[in-house]
Amino acid sequence: MSFESELFQGKFCIPECTICKKIVWPPSEFCNHCLGKVSLKQGDFEGKIIEFSRQNEEYFCIVEFENTIRVIAKILHIPEIGQTVKISKCGIFNQNYFFYVN
Amino acid sequence: MIKVGIVAYGITPFTKDDQKIESLLLKSTKNLFDNNPEIIRNDIDAVLVSTNNNSKYLSPILSEMVGIQPKIAHSIESLCNSGTNSIVSAYSYIVSGLADMVLISGAERNDSPGQILEWDNSRGEFKHPIFWASIFAKSYKRKFSISDEQIALVSVKNHKQAKENPNALSNKTFTIQDVINSKKLTDDLRLLDCSRPCTGSASILLASEETARKITDMPIWITGIGQKTTSAGFTKNTSFSSMESTKLAGQAALKMANHNANDIDVAEVHDAFSVCEPMALESLGFSKPGNGTNMIKELYETNNFKINPRGGLIGSGHPLGATGIAQTIEIIQQLESSATNRQVDNAKIGLVHNMSAAATSSTVLVLEK
Repeated sequence: MSFESELFQGKFCIPECTICKKIVWPPSEFCNHCLGKVSLKQGDFEGKIIEFSRQNEEYFCIVEFENTIRVIAKILHIPEIGQTVKISKCGIFNQNYFFYVN
Repeated sequence: MIKVGIVAYGITPFTKDDQKIESLLLKSTKNLFDNNPEIIRNDIDAVLVSTNNNSKYLSPILSEMVGIQPKIAHSIESLCNSGTNSIVSAYSYIVSGLADMVLISGAERNDSPGQILEWDNSRGEFKHPIFWASIFAKSYKRKFSISDEQIALVSVKNHKQAKENPNALSNKTFTIQDVINSKKLTDDLRLLDCSRPCTGSASILLASEETARKITDMPIWITGIGQKTTSAGFTKNTSFSSMESTKLAGQAALKMANHNANDIDVAEVHDAFSVCEPMALESLGFSKPGNGTNMIKELYETNNFKINPRGGLIGSGHPLGATGIAQTIEIIQQLESSATNRQVDNAKIGLVHNMSAAATSSTVLVLEK
């Protein structure tokens, strides 16, 4: 079970070090702090919108989870800075990760 | 520590042409030797190639094509700041004594694989550089209450300056309204806010002080080097309205050269997108946070070419592996007073700022007569 295999199934997990408990981002097999083994934390995580822009009718925003993880995600309504959101859909398509939040 | 000087340079026009990478490297290298026939090629003991091109073994290939059998020959890749990374490596080879004279040749084709960092999946499907540039622009405008028009002036200024650069990709001038009316890529980025990938090559030759003084009456000395890599992934940037790696690299380079930002007479900064120029000026200490666009406006209105005299990446084009070397050549020409219509009066100390992947990595060089 890896971040990527879970993401492929549409599940967004948080990679965490089994030794020092730090969140490891970008996802990796080993912790970038203590090089310990990484496990995945499952949950319905809340993120915060840090910044956003729009291409055509599609908003894309930087969302931060647990003060550490940041991804660029799509959002289907007009975003606001500081707004709390959750991952509504995610996965891997054409070898690229994708994330939706609402 | 021994001094390292730049003793020769060569460059090709930046174009949209389809040319082989080996041919490009050869052309700017030939231009370097044509400009400096007194150089004994056998004295070159390292050849470094700067590129993101996927072709292999380019340094030995270039060496063979110009009849050099160097001790050290390899390529260097670090996306958009491959060029200045190569200069730093050449400097280090000379200071360590492993080499006395080093040829650096940078080249790129307009279909460079270095434009998109596939590894950085935290950006989801938004991997093209226009997306990080849009986030930078939005964040910068929000933080400092800056308008699209203020940022568009960077493109206006740099296209104007590129008109005086015979090797630039662009030969056109634009108004602020032209920039604003150019194709809208996102809410925060227009086509004319972007530097364009292109085909081009630039080469320079570095030597130890003793050798440099034998080759030329006026070597340009590399007196300051600063480098910093804060991450590889865009979303790890601590700020989207300033450039942390640039700030740290700039401070290190100026400290090594024993100067401060006020001492710099002319600078090339990495304007991959319009917003990058004010952000870089602020992070390098040329202006206060949020004041970069005012500095740019003043320079434009007074026809002062101090920042990006050759037209920056926006006006000159951006052949990734050649860019840092072309920036360095511009500063050399400014310090030699040979920059013709682009010449900044009485330029004695110059600075080069070259960065990669949304300023996750920066290199800053200080050059002096």
